[in-house]
Amino acid sequence: MRSVAFASRNIKEILRDPLTLAFGAGLPIALMILFFVIGKNVPKNAGNIFPIESTAPGLAVFSFSFISLFLGMLIAGDRGSSFLMRIFASPMTSSDYIAAYALPMLPIALVQTVFCYTAAVFCGLPHDMNTLLHLLLSVLVLLPVAALYIGFGLLFGSLFSEKQVGGFFSIFVNLSAWLSGTWFSLDLVGGTFKAIGYALPFAHAVDAVKYAVSGEYGSILPNLAWVAGYTIVIFAVAIRIFKKKMKG
Amino acid sequence: MTAIEIINLTKKFKELTAVDNLCLNIEKGELFALLGQNGAGKTTTIRMLCCLAEPTGGDALLLGDSILKNPEAVKQKLNVSPQETAVAQKLSVRENLEMAARIYGSGRQQAKEKADKMMAEMGLAERANDRSKKLSGGMQRRLSIAMALISEPEILFLDEPTLGLDVRARRDLWDILKELKGKKTVILTTHYMEEAEALADRIGIMSGGRLKALGTAEQLKQSEGEASLEDVFLKLTAEEESI
Repeated sequence: MRSVAFASRNIKEILRDPLTLAFGAGLPIALMILFFVIGKNVPKNAGNIFPIESTAPGLAVFSFSFISLFLGMLIAGDRGSSFLMRIFASPMTSSDYIAAYALPMLPIALVQTVFCYTAAVFCGLPHDMNTLLHLLLSVLVLLPVAALYIGFGLLFGSLFSEKQVGGFFSIFVNLSAWLSGTWFSLDLVGGTFKAIGYALPFAHAVDAVKYAVSGEYGSILPNLAWVAGYTIVIFAVAIRIFKKKMKG
Repeated sequence: MTAIEIINLTKKFKELTAVDNLCLNIEKGELFALLGQNGAGKTTTIRMLCCLAEPTGGDALLLGDSILKNPEAVKQKLNVSPQETAVAQKLSVRENLEMAARIYGSGRQQAKEKADKMMAEMGLAERANDRSKKLSGGMQRRLSIAMALISEPEILFLDEPTLGLDVRARRDLWDILKELKGKKTVILTTHYMEEAEALADRIGIMSGGRLKALGTAEQLKQSEGEASLEDVFLKLTAEEESI
């Protein structure tokens, strides 16, 4: 109950910021439309350089990076003000705080996914029954991926000040997108770049969702295992740092 | 009856001793003012009493419960209005109050009723649906104190509640605080001598982490042979200033 009350505040603080809608949903949709238009204008003999079956999962994952920004800014802002002193002095436990920060991000991720997939359908993603079933399954795959980005948000908010979160996020969003294979296939670069990409969780996250959308179920779990491993480690580190700052 | 019993409370940050063997008893229903320069140890003392920082040594009992052994029970009895205005900026006045009530265990309906009552008592009813960031500094402080009072705490900590407010807003808050006298145990930190003199039953002056003097404003003036509380304060904290 205590956790629900605080979670309700957290989700309101995030959703009442107009930047949330602009970046969280607007930017991925705008990028998808951009890819669609570029794809349309590329000469036919060049092939489809931005197939919607690839860009839709990639952009769904990309949109989650803004969850890291929203959550990081919220926590860092609370830490920078006296608001957390009030909350820490209450009978809430540290598990309550973590749950109240993390859980409201899941419905936001779900809404982002719905926006992204709806835009993808308008941009040519098939919408027969079979594809719709695959899309539904991919939503389940996107949940642990969202948890990964929530973990990053907790970590950024626990480590950095509100201003620092914004600066660090611009590096994070670029690196995570380049290394995820959202903008281009990592095979096109290959070598060390590809090796780094697949040592990190972002490319595995995009691949897991792509396999879910294409119905290649056997290839989902190995990729999801990478994502889950990183999520557990990042959550553990973030919670440890958050608790340490609580007592500081 | 003793509300707060502080026993040799100490807090060290590496080489720095922020609070040094503090011993103090505060009675139930008393409005106690803690004075001191910046870095004197006031906020660190409050943070320890609110179970926000672990003491390096000593203990404190709040209505019989130890901050070391039973922090959960202690937290149920107290609330705090921190130094800066601690309100959720994008929430309305009503939403802030209902959230504060629910965090302390009220159900939705009970929280709504408590918020209505608190807004009426604190003169916030007309701004119920305004987002708190649109309130003036004085109204935000009022909301911050209302959020602390809505849980009906037996002990209330107010960390520099009137800092930065204009004269009228400060006097309005004084009236609210005077209403609490005898009903709640209030520990107030402030830099304003006239505030401590106008509101507090007793005053403690901290310097260098130690309690240098304790008594009513009159007792302090008499014991130090000074005409004003400000002179008493300057005399007792001169040592810290010279270091």
